[in-house]
Amino acid sequence: MLATFRHGIHPPSHKTAAGSAIKRMAFAEELSVPLGQHIGSPARPLVREGEQVVRGQMIAEADSFVSACIHAPVTGTVSSIGWLPTPQGNRVRGIRIKSERGASQDQMAFEPHPILDSGEDWMRAVSRSGIVGLGGAAFPTHVKLKVPKGRQIDTLVVNGAECEPYLTADHRVMLEWTQDILNGAKRIATVIGAKKILVGIEANKFDAFQHLKESADGDVAIELVKVKYPQGAEKMLIHALLDRKVPAGGLPMDVGVVVSNVQTAAMIERLVVKGLGLVERVLTIAGDAVERPGNYLVPIGTTIRDALDFVGLKSTCDRVVLGGPMMGQAIADLSLPVTKGTGGILALSQSHHRSVQACIRCGHCIEVCPMSLNPALLGRLARVGAHKELAQNNLKDCFECGCCAFVCPSHIPLVQLYRQAKLNARKRAVVG
Amino acid sequence: MKFTAALTLEGSPHMRSGATASAIMWQVNLALVPALGWGIWSFGISALGLVLVTVTASVATEWLITKWQGKSPCISDGSVVLTGLLLAMCLPPALPYWMAVCGAVFAVGIGKHAFGGLGQNVFNPALVGRAMLQAAFPSALTTWTMPFQLDRFTQFHQASMTRPLASAIVDGVSSATPLGAMKFDGVTTDAMQLLVGSVSGSLGETSSWLIVVGGIYLALRHMLNWRIPVSILLVVALLTTVFHIWQPDSYPTAGFMVGSGGLMLGAWFMATDMVTSPVTANGVWLFGAIIACLVVAIRFWGGLPEGVMYAILLANAMVPLIDRFTQPRVFGRRS
Ligand code: SF4
Ligand code: SF4
Repeated sequence: MLATFRHGIHPPSHKTAAGSAIKRMAFAEELSVPLGQHIGSPARPLVREGEQVVRGQMIAEADSFVSACIHAPVTGTVSSIGWLPTPQGNRVRGIRIKSERGASQDQMAFEPHPILDSGEDWMRAVSRSGIVGLGGAAFPTHVKLKVPKGRQIDTLVVNGAECEPYLTADHRVMLEWTQDILNGAKRIATVIGAKKILVGIEANKFDAFQHLKESADGDVAIELVKVKYPQGAEKMLIHALLDRKVPAGGLPMDVGVVVSNVQTAAMIERLVVKGLGLVERVLTIAGDAVERPGNYLVPIGTTIRDALDFVGLKSTCDRVVLGGPMMGQAIADLSLPVTKGTGGILALSQSHHRSVQACIRCGHCIEVCPMSLNPALLGRLARVGAHKELAQNNLKDCFECGCCAFVCPSHIPLVQLYRQAKLNARKRAVVG
Repeated sequence: MKFTAALTLEGSPHMRSGATASAIMWQVNLALVPALGWGIWSFGISALGLVLVTVTASVATEWLITKWQGKSPCISDGSVVLTGLLLAMCLPPALPYWMAVCGAVFAVGIGKHAFGGLGQNVFNPALVGRAMLQAAFPSALTTWTMPFQLDRFTQFHQASMTRPLASAIVDGVSSATPLGAMKFDGVTTDAMQLLVGSVSGSLGETSSWLIVVGGIYLALRHMLNWRIPVSILLVVALLTTVFHIWQPDSYPTAGFMVGSGGLMLGAWFMATDMVTSPVTANGVWLFGAIIACLVVAIRFWGGLPEGVMYAILLANAMVPLIDRFTQPRVFGRRS
């Protein structure tokens, strides 16, 4: 029996793009690079309108510790610095770059010979490379790797679970950038002082598992975990691999673990040592309304429209989702750019409309909730806005994985109800 | 790009399992068909008529109430048909039709809609209907007909057609149920007869094995929580065995207890009603055990030969409490 966590679901995998090797996406005419594409404060621009930039050049600098540097994804001219839309519906400042005709794929090092003598130097270099968590959280990596004084980290978990249906980018990265992942992981482990490195891979990517196993030396353990959603959630993966439970409201560090996504580890190896910036990322573009689904190395700032144009969009497309189908966000505005946190783009045809019915108390949602919450109860409380009871029933432990809504036969929009309730709770907290 | 159509904006997840509440309800209806068919086969057209009457009356009541409330009637979700079927199945096969109509109206009107409609009701609506009938017409509800009468397909039972409020016709060919025979005459019935269902009793309760077939089908399709019937039947069997070993003459065997009366029907199809059973994993075991204890207590020491209906209704009332005390421990929390 493979290791796993309790509850969870088995959605159809749709991982049809798994066989297609990582391909480069051509530069679009104009790229829109947001200054805040990570968690934390937006970066401060270093360029002016009309200025020439070279691919790889740092164009915005981290503004505080929790922030990330940004580099030009393409050689060209800064056409404007202004406001860009975000999937959340608000706006963020960003730099638009008009691509030069026939711009080269070569990437300039913003710092050809970075000093990497101490752990601190190294951390600074990670920050200068603009690396953030590529698993979707987009949390600045140098912040995540900063172990507070007095904390002991014994294990680095490298997350290759990729449990979201459709997504296969991490799978390809494991097959094609194998050595980069292993080396990157070792660098991270050294810095955080972890003695053990564990790579967790869902059993449906057996080829990746074998590949990593063959390439890894004794220092890195490669483990298969059961195919089950949300196996790739940090808490679930740690539980499966190490039988440790991250306390509610806590971080993996609380149980001596740091988790890094496979692509993040690979990027660290590919960029930091050479003084290169994060200007592109691998993401899956798939869904039944995509003509040429696959895994693409996409320049940051490419708009979703340009990306979908590149792969061919069918007219049946009814919904575009950033991320996976379980936790991703549907968008209406295709001028949104691909950011460092974009794990996938899905274009899906219309699924037949299902009407919401009353909760029939079937209990299926409870059977699948990986946090062992009572989603039916939370849904009922959220609907009437019972804030106190919601807090008592641990709404904040819900990480919106969507298992409950996936199985609900009454099609109650549970996750939306929770999101709204959490938002209201935050507003109440602010108002006092 | 040419693509200009408006995109659907909906919260995640963007994938659903495909299960629907109405599909579940219709599957439960389907799973009742074997036991129902057996009831009609053994009790004839009177029984068929009873099924049609309760289902029609239930559907009509639902339609009228939802219309009156200004909601769109949801007959198509299958839940109200289910209430009608279940009600018919736990009634004597030759119950006067006008009483059956009263029962169905009460089941849907009070049992379901007085609580706020689908999903809100505390008690199993079919059992609410039956409990009302039992209270209002105790003798009609304990008048049992013999199965397999020769003229059962050519003639309605006299009692079925009784006019409303006319004094009930005491039928010549009434018979005792296995539980009644045991309670009042000390006669036990052969286990094989109970399994097959060649005994008298309520319309849909007689054939144990066909009920189990339907139940297992649903359990395999994840539309019925098997833990409920299993815990009920196990605990009933266990308790009965203890008493039987202690005093074999006064207490029946586990096989008799489990196979007789409405226990099979109740355990597989009444107690498992999703709306009125607990939602937590541990709660359902407890719920089953409570029902089992009540059934044994009522059957052994109560004034009635049968106790499944009251046992389930009582346990239904405890569900909110059971749910509250069997909440699973949240991941990463100590309490
Ligand atoms: S979305 Fe929240 S409540 Fe629903 S299954 Fe996931 S963690 Fe549980
Ligand atoms: S899955 Fe849906 S219908 Fe079933 S108990 Fe949960 S919220 Fe209610």
